[in-house]
Amino acid sequence: MNILVNDETHVVTAGTLASLVAELGFSEARIATAIDGEFVPKATRGQHALAEGMRVEIVAPMQGG
Amino acid sequence: MLFYGTRLSSPLMLGTAQYPSPAILSSAVREADAGVITVSLRREAAGQRAGQAFWSLIRDLGVPVLPNTAGCHTVKEAVTTAHMAREVFETDWVKLEVIGESDTLQPDVFGLVEAARILCSEGFRVFPYTTEDLVVAERLLAAGCEVLMPWGAPIGSGKGLNNVFGLRALRAHFPDVPLVVDAGIGLPSHAAQALELGYDAVLINTAVAKAGDPVAMARAFRLAVEAGRLAYGADPMEARDMASPSTPLPGRPMLG
Repeated sequence: MNILVNDETHVVTAGTLASLVAELGFSEARIATAIDGEFVPKATRGQHALAEGMRVEIVAPMQGG
Repeated sequence: MLFYGTRLSSPLMLGTAQYPSPAILSSAVREADAGVITVSLRREAAGQRAGQAFWSLIRDLGVPVLPNTAGCHTVKEAVTTAHMAREVFETDWVKLEVIGESDTLQPDVFGLVEAARILCSEGFRVFPYTTEDLVVAERLLAAGCEVLMPWGAPIGSGKGLNNVFGLRALRAHFPDVPLVVDAGIGLPSHAAQALELGYDAVLINTAVAKAGDPVAMARAFRLAVEAGRLAYGADPMEARDMASPSTPLPGRPMLG
């Protein structure tokens, strides 16, 4: 199915946000996630089923002022 | 002054953006003896690990981190960003920015108060980037903020303290609230001035990162905040309009 990850279309087999994070190689990474603009804590990623066209945001530490 | 129960090792809060290299950033943070460093969140591309490398760099610095909500223009964006930052950086401190105007990056103080109310009720320790407006400051404190961060001048402008009267009034009005001048500081003398006014800290980024020699400028700011803090504690003289001779007049020889 097609999922929009950080504004780029990815064709993924993952069924949940947790497995999408793993599929993209972020399992061990320090990141935070959101689906359709709503924050999804790490502990609940496995309970969030993905659906065609969902918008997923994956963010990581970055320099800031 | 305590910031949510924490005594900072230095009144210098340093941003981590815009440095020529990670090595120069690290050296600048050390040379500044920064009490806090500010950080942010951005999208991480699959296969790239820019964020992970940065995380390991700031962890090695061992300085408390203050994540920001830079770039957020709505309450919802800012609140969601704060939640993501809390998970990533493992801190409930957040520098809350809700930007209201693009040319000046002036805070949207109405959205700021609302976002602060939500985040404080959720257990965040909010450091609001605000203006020097006294009434907004009252509302932020009522919303649960225990620190205020008024701007000196627009972010990145380097213009220093644009409204010294307003900043002085804020200090006088809230003697027990930790106050930080955030944004607009361009020179060490601006930082010294903020501390001389009795401010508890300054937050600086561009002035150090975009200097020709960021590490030397970081040291200059460290010395400036030390001087400013000492001066405030030493109870500065009052300015006056007319001259007052410093050399005693009695005993002056009559030579004319």
